[in-house]
Amino acid sequence: MDALSIAIAVFDSGVRLSVPLLFACLAGLWSERSGVVDIGLEGKMLVAAFAAAAAAHATHSAWIGVLAGVGASVAFALVHGFAAISQRGNQIVSGVAINMLAAGLTALVGNAWYSQGGRTPPLDGAARFQPVTLPGAEAARGVPVIGPLYADVLSSHTVLVYGALLATLLTAVALKRTRFGLRIRAVGENPAAVDTAGVSVAALRYAAVIIAGVLCGFGGAYLSLAQAAGFLPGMTAGKGFIALAALIFAKWRAWPALGACFLFGLLDAISIRLQGVSLPWVGLVPVQAIQALPYALTVVLLAGFIGRAIPPRASGLPYVKER
Amino acid sequence: MRTMIMGLAAAIALGGTALAQGQAIKPAIVYDLGGKFDKSFNEGVYTGAEQFKKDTGVEYRDFELQNDAQREQTLRRFARDGFSPIVAVGFSQASALEKVAKEFPNSKFTLIDMVVDAPNVQSIVFKEHEGSFLVGLLAAKASKTGKVGFVGGMDIPLIRKFACGYVQGVKYANASAEVLQNMTGTTGAAWNDPVKGAELAKAQIDRGADVIYHAAGGTGIGVLRATADAGKLGIGVDSNQNMLHPGKVLTSMLKRVDVATIDSFKAAKDGTWKPGVTVLGLKENGVAWALDDNNKSLITPDMKAAADKAAADIVSGAVKVHDYMSDQKCP
Repeated sequence: MDALSIAIAVFDSGVRLSVPLLFACLAGLWSERSGVVDIGLEGKMLVAAFAAAAAAHATHSAWIGVLAGVGASVAFALVHGFAAISQRGNQIVSGVAINMLAAGLTALVGNAWYSQGGRTPPLDGAARFQPVTLPGAEAARGVPVIGPLYADVLSSHTVLVYGALLATLLTAVALKRTRFGLRIRAVGENPAAVDTAGVSVAALRYAAVIIAGVLCGFGGAYLSLAQAAGFLPGMTAGKGFIALAALIFAKWRAWPALGACFLFGLLDAISIRLQGVSLPWVGLVPVQAIQALPYALTVVLLAGFIGRAIPPRASGLPYVKER
Repeated sequence: MRTMIMGLAAAIALGGTALAQGQAIKPAIVYDLGGKFDKSFNEGVYTGAEQFKKDTGVEYRDFELQNDAQREQTLRRFARDGFSPIVAVGFSQASALEKVAKEFPNSKFTLIDMVVDAPNVQSIVFKEHEGSFLVGLLAAKASKTGKVGFVGGMDIPLIRKFACGYVQGVKYANASAEVLQNMTGTTGAAWNDPVKGAELAKAQIDRGADVIYHAAGGTGIGVLRATADAGKLGIGVDSNQNMLHPGKVLTSMLKRVDVATIDSFKAAKDGTWKPGVTVLGLKENGVAWALDDNNKSLITPDMKAAADKAAADIVSGAVKVHDYMSDQKCP
């Protein structure tokens, strides 16, 4: 196998692995840009993954699964919103509560419904997302370098992968170019000013939290319906937290978020692919070293290369109207 | 009338002795981290226990571990509550069991997959390398590319033993075949990560493998799905996994933990339970490869004949399969 095809295989796998991170990262971006800190990304994705798998299993339709996942995730997001916005509670505590609730609830309900140790039954056929081939992928394959890059790295993913790219685009445009986006950003920086202008702070923050819920829902559904074939307790495996790291890494901006998530996905893919492969000059690398690679690089990158990351100023602060 | 009473008395007496022979036991099982329904190793024990319950009507208690810290607690709690025999599933229970077995010398413990030397512990280990040898032979015969894969769970000697036997079987059938090997991780989480299992399988498929054997518990569900999705063949492990993707799973390496569990419970019931080490290999029907309706079309008569011959040769000693755990090396 030559270097190009190895690189392509790694990039292909990197794209697959970065998608759940990207959905969660964008969700965090919306929420935090509006001033609501969200460490419950993990829990929302988990509950979405479970709801999606359960609904897809019952209806044999992946799309109904996605709807169910988004619904469950939004419900959890609203709980977080109610605690953080309406009740002005501590947003970290509420986020942690969501994570714990999701971890326990999914395993418990899963065990009660299917008695397979919290797992849902494996999904097949229409209950899962199958890869789609982009137009012209087969024709382009013959073109050197760019052809296989297009055919293997960009094409032949599930619909949700392209959905994640679209979500990045929409987020970037909405936050930068639309009135709604401007207000969301303003409410995260200086809610008092927005309030003075006669716009409801609470309504804007609820809107942002719901958008975060929808995005987490897609991320969770991707995990159980596209990446795996069914739900498994704890299947998010810290992805929500890695997404938060990627969010800081990207300094709360949409396109850098895409880059950061892809980098994390790529590191994960490299750690998988490098196992058992003999590298030039280095030889066979021990499994443990390869598996520590993403974490080591994350620390180095976070510590050394991103510079100062300044969060939205009102982030984490409940807004109290003065009387 | 008199004869009738005599008959009745005799019947009661017979029944009495039958009852006396079958001692009242309170069996319990502690599953390993993969969980009771991992479709693999732990589920094999569960199947055996359920069978025992159906045959004898004896109820048993079980516990699914959530983390490593619970091993000792759970074993101790079962022992204190008077359960015996207590079946501990998996090599990771060894250190906890060693400690608890000392504290409760009157309780009987059965450990599957590892050896603990104590007067009240029965250790059951399997010759996984022999079963793996046979599925390796079948994999090499089924492969069109001459490349086959192996995905292990946690990187431990026991899993290397599977891999080593497999490689020997592959080379036995086709000396020029290449075996790609991957381990999922170095912690217990590696038994339960199907997404990573699927990625590892995809990586091996990209490198040309067309038959992939897994010894990775719940992670293997992802491996089998990835091979089935790609139109390649997977090989299951421990329990019969042929039905997970009918026609896409070449075979399964059976480790008869179900039989081991039933035997252990039965022996305790009959009062013949003995401590010590039991090694179950091909000869004892402790390991085997699965052939059923789901994979009938994949196994050609030639393959079956070759596997049967190799099995007979291993039993007779004509073919020696090296055990990785004997010297931590694979030829």
